[in-house]
Amino acid sequence: MDKLWLIIKREYLNKVRNRTFIIMTFVSPALFVGVALLIGWLTSINSDTTRKIAVLDQTDYDYAALFKEDDRSEYIHLVGVSKEAAIAASKKSDYYGLLLIEAREGQLATISFYSDDSPAQGFLESIEHKINQKATANNLEDAGINLTIIEQLTVNKELQLQDFAGEKTSKMSGWIKIAAGGAAGYLLMMFIIIYGNMVMRSVIEEKTNRIVEIIVSSVKPIYLMIGKITGTSLAGITQFLIWVFVGFILMLVATTFLGVDAFSNPANADVMLQAQDMSKMELIFNDIAQLPLLKLLVCFFIYFMGGYFLYASIYTAIGAAVDNETDTQQFMLPVIIPLMLAIYVGFFSVMDHPHGTIAVIFSYIPLTSPIVMLMRIPFGDIAWWEIALSMLLLYASIIGVAMLAAKIYRIGILMYGKKTNWKELYKWLRY
Amino acid sequence: MGNALEAIHIKKDYGNYTALNDVSISVPKGSVYGLLGPNGAGKTSLIRIINQITMPDEGHILLNGERLQPRHIEDIGYMPEERGLYKSMKVGEQCIYLAQLKGLTTTQAKERLNYWFERFEIQDWWNKKLQELSKGMAQKVQFIVTVMHEPSLLIFDEPFSGFDPVNANRIKEEILKLRDDGATIIFSTHRMESVEEMCDHIALIHKSNLVLEGKLSEIKQHYRDRNYAVSLICENIDMAFQQIPSEFNPQPIVLSGLDHTLDVQIKIPKEVDVSIALNRLLQLGELTHFSEVIPSVNDIFIKTVQQHG
Repeated sequence: MDKLWLIIKREYLNKVRNRTFIIMTFVSPALFVGVALLIGWLTSINSDTTRKIAVLDQTDYDYAALFKEDDRSEYIHLVGVSKEAAIAASKKSDYYGLLLIEAREGQLATISFYSDDSPAQGFLESIEHKINQKATANNLEDAGINLTIIEQLTVNKELQLQDFAGEKTSKMSGWIKIAAGGAAGYLLMMFIIIYGNMVMRSVIEEKTNRIVEIIVSSVKPIYLMIGKITGTSLAGITQFLIWVFVGFILMLVATTFLGVDAFSNPANADVMLQAQDMSKMELIFNDIAQLPLLKLLVCFFIYFMGGYFLYASIYTAIGAAVDNETDTQQFMLPVIIPLMLAIYVGFFSVMDHPHGTIAVIFSYIPLTSPIVMLMRIPFGDIAWWEIALSMLLLYASIIGVAMLAAKIYRIGILMYGKKTNWKELYKWLRY
Repeated sequence: MGNALEAIHIKKDYGNYTALNDVSISVPKGSVYGLLGPNGAGKTSLIRIINQITMPDEGHILLNGERLQPRHIEDIGYMPEERGLYKSMKVGEQCIYLAQLKGLTTTQAKERLNYWFERFEIQDWWNKKLQELSKGMAQKVQFIVTVMHEPSLLIFDEPFSGFDPVNANRIKEEILKLRDDGATIIFSTHRMESVEEMCDHIALIHKSNLVLEGKLSEIKQHYRDRNYAVSLICENIDMAFQQIPSEFNPQPIVLSGLDHTLDVQIKIPKEVDVSIALNRLLQLGELTHFSEVIPSVNDIFIKTVQQHG
């Protein structure tokens, strides 16, 4: 046992002291935020360029006046020219587009937009909306209806979402759950791939360094394998905890500024009362606060350990079977496919039917359950026994998979210079 | 003196392939025991079983008379043929780690390592990473790692492969010193000249079977085949060569007889007395050399391997 501890310690320190680990832990979140900011900035530059749009209004109602210069667009109002002349002029002057408001007998007949570009849906809709609104108002006025009265009598209620317990949510709630579950599932997948690969590389390194035989003459190969997987997982947990800690600080900062109590009990009646007057933004923050964050965190931790141990066992077996990293390709498919499957099931099935048959089945299959169950959790309404059963299946399968992996590992680490294939691996399992 | 190690009817199969077939050896305490055999004969398989890296399918190992147990790992030092160390780890830290795996405490490890680092005059390597050392330097560290826990049994698999002659000699001296200090050495090799120099006992494994085992001097005695080296000075070398009785199966050692010297190896048949044979040779010319050819380990090795196909 002492020796297992020694191995865990060495593996852990070796990973944590590694420059890549330090960079990944501290730089990658900064990089992530940086990329988000960069995208935001690039989008803002993109929208900084003003485009020139010609407007030819042939009606008597001066629809052209609706289009005034704004941040993004500059409107050139054409007067007294024909449609053909306007098209030609716009093209010649290299305008972004031409808005043509045609009339029949002085009344609005058709509206057209000429452009060689593909204008955004939102932009076109806003033009339609502005013109239609004014035309409707004109019609009403022409029919002798008082606009003020209509405005006063118009009803515009927004649907307020809440659950049966009376908890208010924003319409964004579903998206927030998807985002939370998706982020957790995706993060878990990344952790499994990154740390699984790390374990695999470390096995290959010991094999190519030829130190492995010296180590296994001092400890049993199974201890080396478990020590390696555990030490690396602790490095993963360290990284995760650092991120949680940094996230916690950021959340604390965010909530202080936005005035939402992110850490109160979601079922708290005070929160509900307060929520009545909340602005939409506050509702969204409230939604985030109402996610089962603690449950998600605890489950993330348990599923990360389980999922990681399951996949890391496979990764160690692969590492032991090959002589260098390029040879691992042929064995990677069985690792990547279930992970991808889990993510796809998560994004396509869980989001539509979080408790549908497919989502439920995949949240029990050990290779996919860590990701799929994590994605289901934010939607709530999962009985504790469901999670317990899924975890039990996961942890039970680890024992089986680890035993098979250990068989391959113990033989593979002492095999040099032999190209291994699936048939060979099957033979090793039977030695 | 008893045996430091006994392997009793060891059998090991890998699938359909038999790596060791009923192999039994006895390694006397304080001996340098050569484990010989062509590549793929099963030497490494046997060594791995002694090191408890793999388990035998049948048979068992006794270390100092006791059935091999996990705790015995600490009493064995093993330098595998395929060897290396962590490249990016510091030398000192790495040695302490490996010493701890062999059951030493950190303090003990430091003490022993200080001794060895001083002995090899490599104290300033302590904080260097292994990748900064040359191959020869790394091999010294490798040797220290093998012996630092002062095991009673040391196993070296092809210990001199990859060592330059100076270092190989240094390591040879150190191995013999360890033997003098009471350790038992098993070393596996197919380099026969080092066996000749160092071993007092040998075992020859061929195609998974033990084909020869015992004290080197006794084996040599057994393999004496009445072969003699003869040098004769005579007028006509060719004629003299033809006059050697054919039952002596003469084999010329040097074909060119520039100074009228005929160098030849003969095999005297059992029914012919050596003195009679000597008399006959004396009649052919002036006999300047007559000595028995004791078979070298290499000869014995080749002969035995050929005999067993």
